[in-house]
Amino acid sequence: MSPRLALCAIVLLAIVGGAVAIAWGRSGPERPHWEGHGIKPPDKDFPLPEIVSGYWFRTKETQAIQDDDFNNPGFFAVEQGEELWSKPDGAAGKSCASCHQDAATSMKGVGAAMPKWREALHKPVNLEQQINICRTERMQAEPWKFGSAELTAMTTYVRFQSRGMPVRVRIDGPMAPWFERGKQLYHTRNGQLDLACASCHEKNYGRNLRADFLSQGQSNGFPVYRLRDQRLVPLHERMEGCIFDVRGIPYAPLSDEFLALELYLAWRGTGLPVETPAVRN
Amino acid sequence: MKALGCVVGLAAAVVSPAASQAAPPLPPFSVVVKDGVATIPAPLTSEPGDPKAGATVVVDRQLGNCLSCHEIDVLRGEEFHGDVGPPLNGVAKRWDTATLRMIVVNPKKVFGEDTVMPAFYRVDGLNRVRPEFVGKPILTAQQVEDVVAFLAALK
Repeated sequence: MSPRLALCAIVLLAIVGGAVAIAWGRSGPERPHWEGHGIKPPDKDFPLPEIVSGYWFRTKETQAIQDDDFNNPGFFAVEQGEELWSKPDGAAGKSCASCHQDAATSMKGVGAAMPKWREALHKPVNLEQQINICRTERMQAEPWKFGSAELTAMTTYVRFQSRGMPVRVRIDGPMAPWFERGKQLYHTRNGQLDLACASCHEKNYGRNLRADFLSQGQSNGFPVYRLRDQRLVPLHERMEGCIFDVRGIPYAPLSDEFLALELYLAWRGTGLPVETPAVRN
Repeated sequence: MKALGCVVGLAAAVVSPAASQAAPPLPPFSVVVKDGVATIPAPLTSEPGDPKAGATVVVDRQLGNCLSCHEIDVLRGEEFHGDVGPPLNGVAKRWDTATLRMIVVNPKKVFGEDTVMPAFYRVDGLNRVRPEFVGKPILTAQQVEDVVAFLAALK
C-alpha cells in the first residue's frame, strides 16, 4: 500500500469510527450547543470560565417557548401580578401602585439587584421578602405565603420589569459575610448522595446526568416556568428540590441559608440578562 | 501480589440524634492498601455476587442508578446514559475486583475527596441526611457484591 493510500484509509477509518462512536455513545436526545453563548466573567478569579444562562442548556423547542411572549405560559403570572399591583389590600387601603405608581418605571432594575441589604433589618432581603415587607408595613395586609400563587406572581411581575437588564448584586460591606456563607453552602455536600451544588453545576455542567442536561444552575430566569411542573417555580423551591433529590434535608424557603445561597448564585450570574419568566424543563 | 499491610476497620457509628432509632452501624470490613491503592479484597457477604442481580441494581434509579453518570454499552437497552463519570466499558481491565469493591463502597478512598461519585456503602461523615436514610447505606452489602460481580464481568 502506498503511504498516500494508507493515509486515506486511516482518515476514512477515523471518520467512520467517529460516526459510530457518536451514534453509539449517546442514546439520549441531541444535546444543545451551549458553548460560545456565555459572557466573560468579571475577573480572572471567577469560579466559571464563562457565565452561561440556563437558556442555552435547553432544547431549541424549550427556547422557542420562552422566546415567544404569547406562547410562554409564564406570562399568566406576569398578568396576574399586574392585576394585583393595583388592587388595594389590607387595612391601609393601599395597593402597590399607591406608592410605586407605574411598575414599568418604578420597578425597572429592582429585580436585577436583589437580594439587597436592608439596614432596618440588619440583613439582606430578596424580592419575595421585600414584597411582604411592603404588604405588612405599608399596606397593613397579611404577608403572602411562600409558594402562593400571589407571591410568585408578584415576584415574577416585578422581576419582569428588569427583563434584559444585567444581574448585578452588591457583595461588599455588610453583604460580605452573607456572600461568604452562600459560597460555603454552595460547596457543602448534602444528603445520602453526598453532593454539593458545585458537584453538578460547577464541575459537570454541559454533561448528562441520565436524561438531565446539567446547566450552570444560574438564577437569572427565576421564577421560571417549569414544563414538568406546569407552573412557575420560585428559586428557593428549586434549591429545596435539589437538596431533597440528593436525599438531604433542605433549608426552609426564605431562610437565612437560602438567602445567602441566592445572593451567591446571583453573583455567579453577574452580567447575565434577567429572563423572568424563563422557561425550563 | 503481597498486601502492604495497613488493615483499617471502617463502618463507624452514625453520629446523629436519630442514630438510636436507626439501623445498626454497618458490619465491619477490611480495607487493605495495596501498592498505594485502597482495596477491599474480601467480599462483604458470604453469598457470592450475582452479576444479573447487579445489572438490575446498576439500572434502578432508586438503587445504584449508575447510568445516571456512566455509559455502559451492555445496558444499551436502557435509555439515557449519563457522562458525568467515565464509561464503564472494560472497567474490569482497569481495576481488579478488590479495587472495584472499594470504589463502589467509598470511591473517595481511591479517587480522592474531590470525586462527585457517592459512597454506596457508607453511613458516616454525611451532612443533613433525610431521616428516612439516616444510618442506611445507598446499597445493602449484598447489592454491593452484585454490582461488583456485574462490573468484574465488564472486560
